[in-house]
Amino acid sequence: MMDVGRHPKIELLTNAELEDVSGYVGNFKARIRKKARYVNEAECTACGDCVSVCPVVLPDEYQMGLSSRRAIYIPFPQAVPSAYVVSAEDCLGLNPIACGKCLEACEKQCINFDMKDEHIEVDVGAIIVATGMDVYDPSALDEYGYTRFTNVVTSLEFERLISTGGPLEGHLARPSDLKRPRRIGFVQCVGSRTQDPQRGNPYCSNICCMNTIKDAQYLMDNYPDSDIMVFYIDLRAYGKGFEELLMRTRSRGVRYVRGLPGEVREDASSGNLLVTVENTTDKRIENYEFDMLVLAVGATSAIATESIRQMVSLSKSPDGFLKEAHAKLRPVDTPTKGVFIAGAVESPKDVRQSVTQASAASSRASILLNKGEFSVEAITAVVFDEQCSKCGLCARACPFGAITWQKKQAPKVISAACSGCGCCAAECKYGAIGMRHFSDQAIYAQIDAILEKDPHEKVVTFACNWCSYAGADTAGVSRMEYPPSARIIRTMCSARVNPEFVWYAFQKGAPVVLVSGCHYADCHYIDANRNTVRRVEGLWDGLEKSGIRPQRLLLEWCSAAEGLRWQAIMKETDNKRKTVTREELEQTRTLLAKARVPRPRTDKDINENQEADFVCLRCGHSWAGIFNVETERTCAECKSNSIRWLRKNA
Amino acid sequence: MLTKEDLRIGVFVCDCGSNIAGFVNTETVREFAETLPDVVVSVKNKYTCSDPGQQEIQRTIFEKKLNRIVVASCSPASYEPIFRQCIQGAGLNPYLLEMANLREHCSWVTPDREAATWKAKDILKVAVSRARWLYPQDEEQITVTDAALVIGGGVAGMQAALDLADAGHQVYLVEQKPSIGGIMAQLDKVYPDIECSI
Repeated sequence: MMDVGRHPKIELLTNAELEDVSGYVGNFKARIRKKARYVNEAECTACGDCVSVCPVVLPDEYQMGLSSRRAIYIPFPQAVPSAYVVSAEDCLGLNPIACGKCLEACEKQCINFDMKDEHIEVDVGAIIVATGMDVYDPSALDEYGYTRFTNVVTSLEFERLISTGGPLEGHLARPSDLKRPRRIGFVQCVGSRTQDPQRGNPYCSNICCMNTIKDAQYLMDNYPDSDIMVFYIDLRAYGKGFEELLMRTRSRGVRYVRGLPGEVREDASSGNLLVTVENTTDKRIENYEFDMLVLAVGATSAIATESIRQMVSLSKSPDGFLKEAHAKLRPVDTPTKGVFIAGAVESPKDVRQSVTQASAASSRASILLNKGEFSVEAITAVVFDEQCSKCGLCARACPFGAITWQKKQAPKVISAACSGCGCCAAECKYGAIGMRHFSDQAIYAQIDAILEKDPHEKVVTFACNWCSYAGADTAGVSRMEYPPSARIIRTMCSARVNPEFVWYAFQKGAPVVLVSGCHYADCHYIDANRNTVRRVEGLWDGLEKSGIRPQRLLLEWCSAAEGLRWQAIMKETDNKRKTVTREELEQTRTLLAKARVPRPRTDKDINENQEADFVCLRCGHSWAGIFNVETERTCAECKSNSIRWLRKNA
Repeated sequence: MLTKEDLRIGVFVCDCGSNIAGFVNTETVREFAETLPDVVVSVKNKYTCSDPGQQEIQRTIFEKKLNRIVVASCSPASYEPIFRQCIQGAGLNPYLLEMANLREHCSWVTPDREAATWKAKDILKVAVSRARWLYPQDEEQITVTDAALVIGGGVAGMQAALDLADAGHQVYLVEQKPSIGGIMAQLDKVYPDIECSI
């Protein structure tokens, strides 16, 4: 920590918030608000004279509220920067000055109540997001009695209780009577690994098993007469030296019981905790008494991350943690070029994993910074000014904010920020945006080539580069046989698929068109594929209006790993193809000869939670439910994503 | 911009040993390619990605003055970078390459030889039709400001900032709280060797 504070190349901005990030890879501009500290950071010697005179007493956040601090305080003795700070909300001296005792106490006159927030702008080439995680609040899990019983504490509170820098200076005692607890129980998976959203999160928080094992070892080292029991579902000790530590605690007499307590009661006279648990190894109900109970709380995504995520256009996983560009091959990159992630912001991590990932992220950023220049793959968007109607829809469709547009002006593409997904080109109904290397003409030529001969034998298939095309590759590598009817047109993203392409294919005699892309959580262009859905929905409506079966247009998500799913999609799509007769194809040509290309459903239709009827266009299964734009729709019967939804009572 | 009359497409059909040739009649596919518009030459190789295979592409580009290349072999995910480099070596813009995926998307998933050959011909035809609409592209170079912003001063943010700063880059480390340290600073001991955290 001190190394960071005194490094000549690091400008440390604490008590500071990021307000805005603009620009693109290599050329970001960040606006930071450094909140007034009211203490001169450079001059303060951390003598503490100000603290003793401050009349405001508050719970100390660093000590998890287990001791108190004043309104002027230093977060902890080793804090960097080593300077006091006034918490403006609590101080009596600010607006109007009613107190000011610390001003008098400070001999060096470091305190200044006229200090204002500073706005700082910095130009940077790369950004590393390391906003960490939050700790789960176990108040909702009432059976453990965290809010009711004094001697039930969280693992982080326990950490403060055993710390020499803690409120008890390392002499462990329990909160109710400050007596040393001899019998200590640990409850694992608090707020983790549950399917009930009221009781926490579905994922494993990764760190809690080892943290408890560490605490157990610490107790046996320092208080050998302790009686320690750990209640768990599974013990996950898979890292280097982890299993060995677990074994050491076992050999020292720590008992591990498989099963989580069903009930915790307090003995009112002693403050002891009476725990009832089903021991699932011995298959019996057991009762234990403890002096103190520690809840091994899990990790959650940090609330502070969300605003930063939006500022730099990053995507998140369903669990709320930030999503990497590729789970295996680009684990510290993000979909936004020049932005990297490190530590627990990506998933719950311990210190060692965080440090490893941070070094990886800084190395990735270094590659960019060292080179001094960045070459943009020539697949970016280009605006044809003469065709442009200056409507600005493209700028709204861009997931990366790479298109700037002002009223009555043709938009401009910042190619460094453009990732080449083609979402803007598909949104433009004037053909005023082209994609370099994935031009409209090339795609039309591909459709023509597919349908020139025996169109009834073929399925025009659009596949995105990252997931569905790669899923088809996986099916190939695994030799998963399927009918030979599919003809794939590769695009970078399914959002490149302009409704006009699909319409054109039907006009040219395609029996079935398949649009395929990444699952919602996997979209390589943040959330571009939500636009694919919107456009396909518009096409379904339009097909129906023109008297054509919407079932002939299918939408499927397939990840790069889902070879089996690709095979199933191919088989089902081919079955659908066989249902289309030559007469039907002829009829389609006539019906579509004059029909106009249907436009996507508008934002107004989709930006709300609403009751809706759903129908699977692959198998016909239908159901009622709530429509939400961010929820991937899948048929419970056949696993298809060709789910059409209609507003209830519409 | 090139007009259609100027197009000179070369097609290179790969056997991939028996991976493609075992299921697809590659000679039929090669012959079929010659019938496609603007295709000047169609060559079959045992392994197009091998050194001799790549040399043949480069030689044919010179001899036949080719300006669009279609390689009918495997997935672009595996070999597109290599073939782009290959045609660049012969003086062509790398974006003038198109790949027809006869292996992952055809021979490996279609056991029936006749059906596989039918599909392979079609895939190639689609690739050639796309190649006719490819144009040279230049990659834009963007200058990079030699500084980094690290958001968050926990253990990950501190490590990232230190590494970058040690590598000589200017770093701005932004932390919401009055001190850096994050959750790590609240821990007393850290596993697996029960060391102090700060």
